[in-house]
Amino acid sequence: MTVSESGLGVSALGTHPPGASNLLVTEAAGERAAATTRRIERAVALLSPFLFLVVWELASRAGVLDDRFFPAPTTIVQASWEHLRSGYLIDNVLISLRRVAIGFTVGAVPGLALGLVLGFSRLGRAALLPLVQAVYPIPKSAVAPLLLLIFGFGEASKWVLVALGVFFPVFFNTLAGVLNLDKIYSEVAQNFGANRFQFVRTVALPGAMPMIMTGLRLGVGMGLLLIAVAEIIGADSGLGYMIYNAWQLFQVDTMYVGLVAIAIIGLVAQLLMNRLERALVPWAQH
Amino acid sequence: MSAKPVSGSPLTGSDHNIKIAVENVTRTFTTKGGRVVTALDDVSLTVREGEFLTLVGPSGCGKTTLLRILSGLDRQTKGRTTLRRQADDKRPANAVVFQQQSAFPWLTVEQNVSYGLRMARANRKHIREQTAFWIEKSGLTAFKDSYPHQLSGGMKQRVAIARAFAYDADVLYMDEPFAALDEQTKAVLQGELLRIWEDTGKTVVYITHSLDEAATLSDRIMVMTAHPGRIKSSVSVPFARPRDVMALRKEPAYGELISSLWDQLRDEVGHAMADEAAKVKR
Repeated sequence: MTVSESGLGVSALGTHPPGASNLLVTEAAGERAAATTRRIERAVALLSPFLFLVVWELASRAGVLDDRFFPAPTTIVQASWEHLRSGYLIDNVLISLRRVAIGFTVGAVPGLALGLVLGFSRLGRAALLPLVQAVYPIPKSAVAPLLLLIFGFGEASKWVLVALGVFFPVFFNTLAGVLNLDKIYSEVAQNFGANRFQFVRTVALPGAMPMIMTGLRLGVGMGLLLIAVAEIIGADSGLGYMIYNAWQLFQVDTMYVGLVAIAIIGLVAQLLMNRLERALVPWAQH
Repeated sequence: MSAKPVSGSPLTGSDHNIKIAVENVTRTFTTKGGRVVTALDDVSLTVREGEFLTLVGPSGCGKTTLLRILSGLDRQTKGRTTLRRQADDKRPANAVVFQQQSAFPWLTVEQNVSYGLRMARANRKHIREQTAFWIEKSGLTAFKDSYPHQLSGGMKQRVAIARAFAYDADVLYMDEPFAALDEQTKAVLQGELLRIWEDTGKTVVYITHSLDEAATLSDRIMVMTAHPGRIKSSVSVPFARPRDVMALRKEPAYGELISSLWDQLRDEVGHAMADEAAKVKR
């Protein structure tokens, strides 16, 4: 290195090397550049699904795709319109929604309550947590035939299956939310003389709310998945039944109508959860 | 803490000015490895009514443990603590200001400041007036509807202090409330704390490892030793009140006080560091 070459020892490290110099200049970046990038991103995000549909449509019409299995999007839209006019689609959507809503409530409420209680009780965790953890890995869809046997062909078997799917994510996330609360907040509550009920209301519940919301989100997804299963294996109504029936009659268009309806319900449910989250966790750093 | 007559306590003596008595308090912890660690070893001290007492000492000298015991968040293994209350005093016994960020993230500034009063189920008018008063006094009016994550570190600590004052407890315990703040913010908040405290005349037990802070705020400073935590000495602070944080620092007596405190503490810090080093080697 130059240190030894210059013969000046270590002190030479700080001196300028001789010769010409280059300037490394940083110019200001306008705010407009960033805004333009964002606009392009948004346009691409909106355009790409549309482009996908156009390609599908063309491929289906040109015979590249077998339109017995992949009917053109316009064909699906037309089928949807017919099912809407006849009321067949709306009826089945409402029946499925009702089942999911009831099942969701039956699963989420005990999941939330048990998660909160076990969050406080060491003894409760010792008693119940191993049991819950042992049951959890069983695929809920595999229990569906058993539920059909126990609760029959009626509504109850659907509610219970959905409830089972919703219970676990809500329970585990609520429990984790309470257990992960920073100890400082319970000490503040204790110092200010909060009783048990006040503590749950002012510290545990709001503190665990972000995690609870995650549990509810996962629960909604699980509920939609399981209602389709329940209605395919044992129902004479609902979107799952509609898809299964269309398969039996080889009405591929109708199958797609059912799939699109479930997708839209899932999307709307997630948007509603976003709303709910903003209302229940107004303090989150969105 | 029960309100029964006690015998043999400094509080039963003729000196009715004593507010808090700590007698031979020891606190030991058992580690997971089964080793017994003595955090506080036979600590005795008294705090006078309306006094601002500060505990200084190296990290690990048990000052926080002592504060937690006094505030009821922890219990001593041996010894006794006593707090003198007026018989007709309906106020809560104490309020703590913690070192860490302790404002509830899910409550607005206003809801945080009113928290203690709401837990005590004070009447609504009282809660509203007290909260507005302390928010105003702490310079938080413009932020009363903000959430803590929207505030700076200094603002958050103001919220915690306003919350403690609004609760209007008999005694205030403060555990390094300004430790995490920058020098400028710290000086401003020290000045505010002095002003607010001088208006209320509350008894305060304060913890810090900043000698400047101790000399600026206190009536009396107790120096503690580490491993195990013991009281080494008690130093009276001679400066008249009300005090001006900045003017105080220019006085010759201030520099003398700091250097005499530092002389007492230097050995202790050295010991504490040697202990730490020994622990690492083990």
